[in-house]
Amino acid sequence: MDAIQFFTDAYAQQSSSLHLHAFQQSNLDAFSTMGLPAIKHEEWKYTKIRNLFKDGLTYTPTLSNSEIKFQTLKGTEEANRIVFVNGLYNAALTHLIEAEGNIVVKPLDTAAGDEDAELVKKHLGHSKDYHLDGINALNGAFAAGGVFIKVKPNVVLTQPIVIYHVTDNANGMIFSQPRILGYLGKNAEATIIETYVSTGNSESLSNEVIEMCVERDANLLYIKLQNEGAHSSHTGTTHIRQLEKAMTQAITISLSGAIVRNNLNMIMEAEYGESHMYGLYLLNGNTQVDNHTIVDNQMPHCFSNELYKGIMDDSSSGIFNGKIFVRKDAQKTNAYQSNKNVLIGANASANTKPQLEIFADDVKCSHGCTIGKLDEEALFYLRARGISETNAKALLLHAFAGDILQQIKYEGLRTHIDELISERLSFQI
Amino acid sequence: MLKIENLQARIEEKEILKGINLDIKPGEIHAIMGPNGSGKSTLASVLAGRADYEVTGGSVEFLGKDLLELSPEDRSREGLFLAFQYPVEIPGVSTTNFIKTAVNEKRKYQGEEPLDAAQFLRIMKEKMNLVEINQSLLSRSLNEGFSGGEKKRNEIFQMAMLEPKLAILDETDSGLDIDALRIVANGVNQLRSKDNAFLVVTHYQRLLDYIVPDFVHVLYNGRIVKSGTKELALELEERGYDFIKSEADQAV
Repeated sequence: MDAIQFFTDAYAQQSSSLHLHAFQQSNLDAFSTMGLPAIKHEEWKYTKIRNLFKDGLTYTPTLSNSEIKFQTLKGTEEANRIVFVNGLYNAALTHLIEAEGNIVVKPLDTAAGDEDAELVKKHLGHSKDYHLDGINALNGAFAAGGVFIKVKPNVVLTQPIVIYHVTDNANGMIFSQPRILGYLGKNAEATIIETYVSTGNSESLSNEVIEMCVERDANLLYIKLQNEGAHSSHTGTTHIRQLEKAMTQAITISLSGAIVRNNLNMIMEAEYGESHMYGLYLLNGNTQVDNHTIVDNQMPHCFSNELYKGIMDDSSSGIFNGKIFVRKDAQKTNAYQSNKNVLIGANASANTKPQLEIFADDVKCSHGCTIGKLDEEALFYLRARGISETNAKALLLHAFAGDILQQIKYEGLRTHIDELISERLSFQI
Repeated sequence: MLKIENLQARIEEKEILKGINLDIKPGEIHAIMGPNGSGKSTLASVLAGRADYEVTGGSVEFLGKDLLELSPEDRSREGLFLAFQYPVEIPGVSTTNFIKTAVNEKRKYQGEEPLDAAQFLRIMKEKMNLVEINQSLLSRSLNEGFSGGEKKRNEIFQMAMLEPKLAILDETDSGLDIDALRIVANGVNQLRSKDNAFLVVTHYQRLLDYIVPDFVHVLYNGRIVKSGTKELALELEERGYDFIKSEADQAV
């Protein structure tokens, strides 16, 4: 069936929204106009998204039961837990350990009709200006099943918020569309970790949009960990706005998947903002990971630093596209970007493209990208000390990935990811 | 221990070793000297198993095994050690972690249990004193930002940790000041025993004041053209390599 028809029908069948009807309708209209992006769309050149919408993909945006079992993320045993099942916020599985009143977590549709309605109205859907591609609109058409998260001003969360996206695909292919709107009040500090798990091995596709707004002097650390397995595809947009001078950091780690597309936007709307973006993609098999990042410097004196690293084995492919906008008023911007790739598989590939659009005349911007193989001389040096070729490669690749891993300040989580990587690289004594 | 017979090797299309014969027995120190481009470092590299070189003829027997059939890691585990002329800087790999991996892989190969953290630390401390190397250096990434002297000391430290049967020092003296040279030589002398052997590759006689060889061989144009005792090194120092070259060229 034609995708537009399919989702128009699904839209008609979804349980009616109380307060987001207009928002959803306008998004459905936009989707009906644009459809799914084709590969002639420059932004989707490498990611054949249409192929993922195949016959048999089930999309029934209704709440599934709460009996579902899933593995929690190692190293984050003490954490606030927010759970989505098949793209819908599940209040019953959600569990907060933070003192009541410090954070608010509720259905997005509820937030759109209570004391937070103003916030929702102001900030929900801001990312669509950066993604005129149908995919973002498609998520918006079903936004009412999402969640609203608010961290109150001056609150420093002692434990992270871990968002589990559970795909219940034990009985067939699943398409899901999680939606999140987050808000960090003035001088608040929080970590949000997103992770993806599935109950079965059927193919799945999740199309996610998370929008975060950060107020003055707030500090947001965002970690996205993808290791769901070769059956799962993902298109996601993480859209982070600094409404006032703030500090934001995003770490995106992709270890497996079928076709994965991560958009990360840092919107620097105030002077003196600071943002850091780190990415690691360690791929094998036929996995394809496409990271598109945007830093939009709108005001003077902002600083941003970006480092993405890729290791591609087998026939996997890694794509990096990094846009930096420096608007006319954004004098004294400091923006740095670097993307480094190592190809270890005979049929592996890497594509990298920096895009700088600078309209101010007093800025410091730099970008660099490399695609290479492992250093043969280093490899020989290690082997000459009796270290096996496999272990020598693992040591070198682990070191390469280390720059990104060391950014994860939670030791338990860092150790867990470290072990996943060692296991992947078959390091053993 | 090591028996090299008529060894020939080339890199790409260029013949570098044209028939090397050398016999090293336990407890011996052999020095290989020779002018630049004579093939000294190539010999060291071929013995360690560097893939850039193709062996085109001859044989190398090491402790009864065909050395040329072994992978670089197995050569090391069998007891061969190459101290690199240019130790490689490897950012992100801690020196300690690297050495621990190396030591334990060797133990595994020999059917021994890996060392636990405490055992490893104790042995490491002991060997650190031997080569006067500082803990802070070992906490850093492997050779990254090390001075020339620190890199060479780290090579000798690795040698001490791995306790090889045969150590090849490839121009370990190049770029060292006299103090560093003394420390490196002192480390080597302390590791000397009747069971192990050393092959010291050097351009200059100076190192041999500190590491006194039993035999000195002069390599020229891919062949050993002259062998002798330590007096030969002194003669070379005095007369330069020219007399060797002319002798050898006349012989051909």
